[in-house]
Amino acid sequence: MGKRFSTNSILKAKAALVLVACLAFAGCTKAPPGQSQDVAFDPYERQNRKTHAFNVALDRNLYRPVGTSYSDFVPDEFEDMISRFAENLSVPSAVVNSVLQGNIRGAANDTLRFVVNSTAGFFGFFDAATEMNIPAGTQADFGQTLHVWGVREGAYIELPVLGPSSERRTVGIVVDLFTNPLTYILDFPENVYGTAASVSSSLSNRGRFSDTIDSILYESADSYAQARSLYIQNRRFKLGNGSGGEFDDPYDALINPIGEE
Amino acid sequence: MFHISRRGFIATAFAGAFFSGTKAHAAALTTERAKALVDQVVGEINKVIASGRSVNSMIKDFERIFNKYADVNIIARSTLGPDSRRASRSQMRSFTTAFRGYIARKYGKRFREFEGGKIEVTGVRPVKSWHEVKARVKLRGSSPFQVLFLVSDRSGKDLFFDLVIEGVSLRLSERTEITAIMDRNGGSIDKTIADLKRSG
Repeated sequence: MGKRFSTNSILKAKAALVLVACLAFAGCTKAPPGQSQDVAFDPYERQNRKTHAFNVALDRNLYRPVGTSYSDFVPDEFEDMISRFAENLSVPSAVVNSVLQGNIRGAANDTLRFVVNSTAGFFGFFDAATEMNIPAGTQADFGQTLHVWGVREGAYIELPVLGPSSERRTVGIVVDLFTNPLTYILDFPENVYGTAASVSSSLSNRGRFSDTIDSILYESADSYAQARSLYIQNRRFKLGNGSGGEFDDPYDALINPIGEE
Repeated sequence: MFHISRRGFIATAFAGAFFSGTKAHAAALTTERAKALVDQVVGEINKVIASGRSVNSMIKDFERIFNKYADVNIIARSTLGPDSRRASRSQMRSFTTAFRGYIARKYGKRFREFEGGKIEVTGVRPVKSWHEVKARVKLRGSSPFQVLFLVSDRSGKDLFFDLVIEGVSLRLSERTEITAIMDRNGGSIDKTIADLKRSG
């Protein structure tokens, strides 16, 4: 009985994925051709800037103060453990996405990583996998899966609370709420641990990288444009597997020869 | 060092003719030389991190390293974008100086985030007209991340013209920033220079 139920839900999940992919193919706004590495396609800039103002206010009044005190209050070693625990619980979702992308080696490595860290790493509080030279996690997500499947990036969107994203990435975030097998296996309250740990981990990062984030949000001349540029560059890098050949040659833009000092 | 093959010599002669007016250099940029440059930069940065000195002296250290190993001229010009074409030679010079100080303050004060961290060069490969030197940065409590140094000899010297951290180009990010500073100064180059001197 239970078996039939699970086959059924897998079929349902499959159907849902196909549906999402179709929607994503049709729904992501088409960008004009010839976009360079750091240029975002941003037809919704007016709305995005409003959301950005909201996000900055939220950060200033809530996220930043809580994150800073969390990071100051909690010992570093403990913060690291919570972050590793949260990351470990996200690995099964990366495995599912790697499989969907046909990246079997990545899926196998991530599975091994999850098994090792959940056991030898004591429920993921320690990163035993890295100690044993198991490759770094793929951190595959459904936005990336859509990219591999040929869905275009679509327009840039700044989401409330979650921050910079694209149309494709946003679809991915929604789908990834369902791609983690653990959510189907764990019961209450175990299924809440992961979420709680992710929130803690995120606060921890807000506190730890406070200077970097502050410099973007509060010190740059146009924090919206800066956040957009950083997001687009970093996201395209992750999807392109880290090749840096797409930059322009600044020396080509020179009209006058340099070195005449 | 001066063991140059015949082909290397011809290439150098062409390069020399092409960049006449720039300082002569011994041979075209090689992976060894690009890597050597970044090894030196990384060595100096690691030394600064390990020194655990005050923020102000780290800013000074950073400016010295940046000035010595980076092509500040081309980075500054590139962040100014098309506006660099309407800048006079003296405006360009003051902009470059202001830009150097701004970068040193902005990034130098963040050096303490690297405390307990380590940078190591992991590889090098030729890309287009430059060499891309890959480094791995390991900070406390976070997974290692990748930094690329883009090294070129097109200025006449081996210098890096961009730093790319996990795909984020310092030069392109600063172009966004300089454009915004220019906008808030109504497109005035002189006001932008004055603004830069106060920023970072």
